[in-house]
Amino acid sequence: MYPENFRYTKEHEWVLVEGGTGTIGITDHAQQELGDIVYVDLPKPGTRVEQGRSLGSVESVKAVSDIYSPVSGEVSEINPALADAPEKLNEDPHGAAWLVKIKLSAPGELPDLMSAADYQNYIGAEK
Amino acid sequence: MVEFGGWEMPVHYSGILSEHMAVRKSVGVFDIGHMGKIEIRGPQAAQLTDFVTTNAVHKLQTGQAHYTGLLYEHGGFVDDILVHKVSDRGFFLCVNASNQEKDFEHIRAHNRFDAAVELTSSRYSQIAIQGPQARATLQKLTPVDLGAVKYYWFTDGEVAGVPARIAHTGYTGEDGFEIYIPPAESERIWARVLEAGTGFGIKPCGLGARNTLRLEAKMVLYGHEIDASISPLEADLAWLVKFDKGEFVGREALLRQKEAGLRRKLTGFEMTGRPIARDGYEVYVNGVAAGWVTSGSPAPALNKNIGLCYLPVELARPGLAIQVIVRGQPTDAMTVETPFYKRAK
Repeated sequence: MYPENFRYTKEHEWVLVEGGTGTIGITDHAQQELGDIVYVDLPKPGTRVEQGRSLGSVESVKAVSDIYSPVSGEVSEINPALADAPEKLNEDPHGAAWLVKIKLSAPGELPDLMSAADYQNYIGAEK
Repeated sequence: MVEFGGWEMPVHYSGILSEHMAVRKSVGVFDIGHMGKIEIRGPQAAQLTDFVTTNAVHKLQTGQAHYTGLLYEHGGFVDDILVHKVSDRGFFLCVNASNQEKDFEHIRAHNRFDAAVELTSSRYSQIAIQGPQARATLQKLTPVDLGAVKYYWFTDGEVAGVPARIAHTGYTGEDGFEIYIPPAESERIWARVLEAGTGFGIKPCGLGARNTLRLEAKMVLYGHEIDASISPLEADLAWLVKFDKGEFVGREALLRQKEAGLRRKLTGFEMTGRPIARDGYEVYVNGVAAGWVTSGSPAPALNKNIGLCYLPVELARPGLAIQVIVRGQPTDAMTVETPFYKRAK
């Protein structure tokens, strides 16, 4: 369920780092808790973000939730598919429905994040 | 699960969108056991009920119910409630969960009549069966001829072999029933309702769909559109207030407000683009702060993002361009006629 090569935050984001760029999304647990996602608000490419700060928001029918950046850096790409099909976040949160790619400015932050096993323990304990 | 008025309740079961559409197209079932119940009994039960509420209790017939306001002297809402006339000497009130103790104390404080007031919430569970197939679903479980129970009437009968008060009421803008049953039987009856609706694609519905359904139908929610600082005239609920019925708590304040002219009024709007307005967001008109959003949400049956807001009364009309401040950004919206959704009769 939770890919081994991702790192996870307590706020239920994931990041997959490949060659200095992190792909960021929300976890399957997050999409289940949110319910039907109907709107995604993402920063423009070029925006600088900091680890733990708001990166944008996702809205379910019921509520708005902030997305917190798992890493610091510069937004290099946003997922163009989500503007017209935010419901993809409910269907494939660890794959096609990634949110943004960030060019990492502080790769040393990565050990702060949870492994898949730690994240699964974390959401198990949260319930 | 979320905490709501002291109860743990699911926001959604299968998903708000699918639950919402089940109610609009077929049938959905809601566990609303959290709702409060207050009973008023005695020779002057009708007089007390009439005195503490805005609608005309003396016009209710036995077996009939109506929606009404419970007001403070200053004209603001203590609560919005349903009053059922059980007999000439008995009234059954269905009230908001989080207001029940306050309502009870308020009614008792104004009880100068020969009537007894009792908070009886724990004696009832409540299940709502709502949607175009609600009647067909519930009919499978009761010998009562539901077709003979008119809208906003109720009858005492049996559901799944258990004594039940069956009311042709709801909070979804759709046809439907609300049943009041013994708490010990509620799980079994819930299961029986789901079973009876299987052929219709019945869905259990949570608080999320309850909110989107009532909003599309422009039914107000205490703590959002109404509270102690809002009068029924401001909330576009003047039809609940029967000035000609004689004295009632809040009447003088409402008359003064009517005479002086309202300052603000509840108004519906639609977002022009994709952003969603949410409760508490500010509303601007021509760059000037003008009001606030009381409820905002996607409207699943309309495929639009809608909301209700308070605006100065001179601006409270359909067809006005407004801006809702969404995360710091003024975002275009347009005021519209309400209700947003009206079922085909």
